[in-house]
Amino acid sequence: MPSKEYLQAERNQPWREALRKTMKNKERTDLPRVKMPEQPPEVRIHNFREVNLGLTPEQALAESHRCLDCVDPTCITGCPVEINIPKFIKNIERGEILEAAKTLKETNALPAVCGRVCPQERQCESQCFYVQKLKKQAVAIGYLERFAADYERESGHISIPETAPANGIKIAVAGSGPAGLAFAGDMAKMGYDVTVFEALHELGGVLRYGIPEFRLPNTIVEVEIEGLKKMGVKFVTNCIVGKTISQEDLKEMGYRGLFIGSGAGLPNFMHIPGENLIGVMSCNEYLTRVNLMQAADPESDTPIHRGKKVAVIGGGNTAMDAVRTARRLGAEKAMIVYRRSEEEMPARIEEVKHAKEEGVEFFTLHNPLRYEGDENGHVQRMLLQRMKLGEPDASGRRRPIPIEGDTLWVDVDEVIVSVGVSPNPLIPSSFAGLEVTPHGTIVVDGETMQTSVEYIFAGGDIVRGGATVILAMGDGRKAAKGMDAWLKKTL
Amino acid sequence: MNKIVGKEYLSDKVVKFEIEAPLIAKSRKAGHFVIVRIGKKGERVPYTIASADPQKGTITLVVQNVGKSSGKFCELNVGDYITDLVGPLGKATHIENFGTVVCAGGGVGIAPMLPIIEAMKKAGNKVIAVLAARTKELVILENEVRQFADEVIIMTDDGSYGKKGLITNGVEEVIQREKVDLCVTIGPAIMMKFVSELTKKYNIQTIASLNTIMVDGTGMCGACRVTVGGKTKFVCVDGPEFDAHQVDFDEMLMRLKAYN
Repeated sequence: MPSKEYLQAERNQPWREALRKTMKNKERTDLPRVKMPEQPPEVRIHNFREVNLGLTPEQALAESHRCLDCVDPTCITGCPVEINIPKFIKNIERGEILEAAKTLKETNALPAVCGRVCPQERQCESQCFYVQKLKKQAVAIGYLERFAADYERESGHISIPETAPANGIKIAVAGSGPAGLAFAGDMAKMGYDVTVFEALHELGGVLRYGIPEFRLPNTIVEVEIEGLKKMGVKFVTNCIVGKTISQEDLKEMGYRGLFIGSGAGLPNFMHIPGENLIGVMSCNEYLTRVNLMQAADPESDTPIHRGKKVAVIGGGNTAMDAVRTARRLGAEKAMIVYRRSEEEMPARIEEVKHAKEEGVEFFTLHNPLRYEGDENGHVQRMLLQRMKLGEPDASGRRRPIPIEGDTLWVDVDEVIVSVGVSPNPLIPSSFAGLEVTPHGTIVVDGETMQTSVEYIFAGGDIVRGGATVILAMGDGRKAAKGMDAWLKKTL
Repeated sequence: MNKIVGKEYLSDKVVKFEIEAPLIAKSRKAGHFVIVRIGKKGERVPYTIASADPQKGTITLVVQNVGKSSGKFCELNVGDYITDLVGPLGKATHIENFGTVVCAGGGVGIAPMLPIIEAMKKAGNKVIAVLAARTKELVILENEVRQFADEVIIMTDDGSYGKKGLITNGVEEVIQREKVDLCVTIGPAIMMKFVSELTKKYNIQTIASLNTIMVDGTGMCGACRVTVGGKTKFVCVDGPEFDAHQVDFDEMLMRLKAYN
């Protein structure tokens, strides 16, 4: 949390005080929350363009009036990268949108991304005064963040955060996903000479290969990475730390610190009969083919099955991304199969709503038992077990229990398994002395993100297992702080 | 960027490329592979590293023209650049002094077998290479193999070179003649399946290098998964080499047809 003094000083600025006096709080709280304009479902299922169209300037202004500029801005406690939320919103209210964008970048390297993919309803917006005290809908912080970032990008006046004078200290980053990018941005601000090594041929990690165009256009990711390049961050694609360059190579090349943000790429399977049939694949494979390899483009050399009856197993955001992608690739029947009820689904409420509007069918309280194929080994049907909910388990969610004997066969010609991911073993297995848990995640100090190898820090999914973009970015920021402190102590 | 510095036709449809890749040349070991993408709309395709020259900073790949992507690769010439090249990937071959090792390589599989033959010989093994191809023109890298192998047996389907017969005939001949401690096989999946069935009969430990469909090659997607000993394994991170007697070759053969 930023210091009270800093927040107080910012809030006491004359323009903020003046702005607060322009409207009574009662007038502000009576305003309705803005609605995000979106492509109609019948149109958007035929294209990969963004579903959410972004707020108009009038809508953004209206929504900014709802923020009360609280003395104690609890919203900030809900943000893993601690954006000064009232400051950026009040900048929108006074019409200084570029200032609002600058405020975002003080703590967030990728605001246009976060404004789109963060589960705000569980983070900043859940801590908003409206929710906490008024039992009303939160200020649309995410929509406003996106508005400010998009406005800045489209204005052509993209601000580059100030960087400290170069200190000549070389730092390596393994992985260009959200954790690595956030870390790189913060280290560059502090004057470090940062190089990001990426195994794939494109940058962005899950932002690129995972989240589809209709939720996060690639151009948005590219522009935000461009911003980091302008801050002096260097990027090397097709390079695997631990494989292409070893631990010794890094030392020889003069790197003083390494941040591992290699993610949880390894997809989980359920290990049930028929899971290796043709047409059954991981969500990572499916989304990588479509997003990274552009398999839907007829000019692309990468092939993809275009199933007519597609089942996606799982209830997370990735499952929603996969099922909605299948719909756009021509699936007549696109199904979510989830073993718990809709209430327990980890996916964002908005994504579930969008999926339903797009005609996705929901088999909640169902779990696949096995798949059967045709004579060519292509998946043909799946046997589903009906479930009921029992007592809460360790995760606090009610445990799904099979209803004995209650099964049904459903015809499918494509199955996408989206039941979570495990940490990618490539880096942990190639660095001697790196302490890992039995689950394969790297052990770090929770405050500094330092690993058992002094000069190595880690964050994001390689530490947490499968989590969110913004938590990964929060880890990246913490690790930058931790590594900076460690370097200052040792150099 | 990876520049092509050498190109040689080993047969009509098989091309040997020497490619600048200093970091990979330095770190690669026998059994490792790379992922290659040709052109901005290209797909990612795995190729095993046939040899490397760390001083020169180059690696050698042998490409058989079997489809769109390998076709595009084969059209490249000296001076051209590979769009994307990443590696070394996979686990290196486990090399030690086993005693007598039979290396059974079929078709273009002889290329990835070459560094294994070399490493096995350097580790003190007696190495017998059985090279097989449909016809004389398709027997590749014979001279290179002869540099390291103690004995080379060549089998062709039509008898146009070496002995007439399948690779299994050549391997069985060796097994009946002397004690074999290890068999390594690389080639088409169907060939590896039959070699595996043969050596299982004689209870000879056998390693196969699997060539499944891949996308990223870094463990991210599971397109390359196979069943080994009843468990699902990812060829790109757990392999590519596995105990052949544990591999479900029939499932692998089926999965190879996924996009036919």
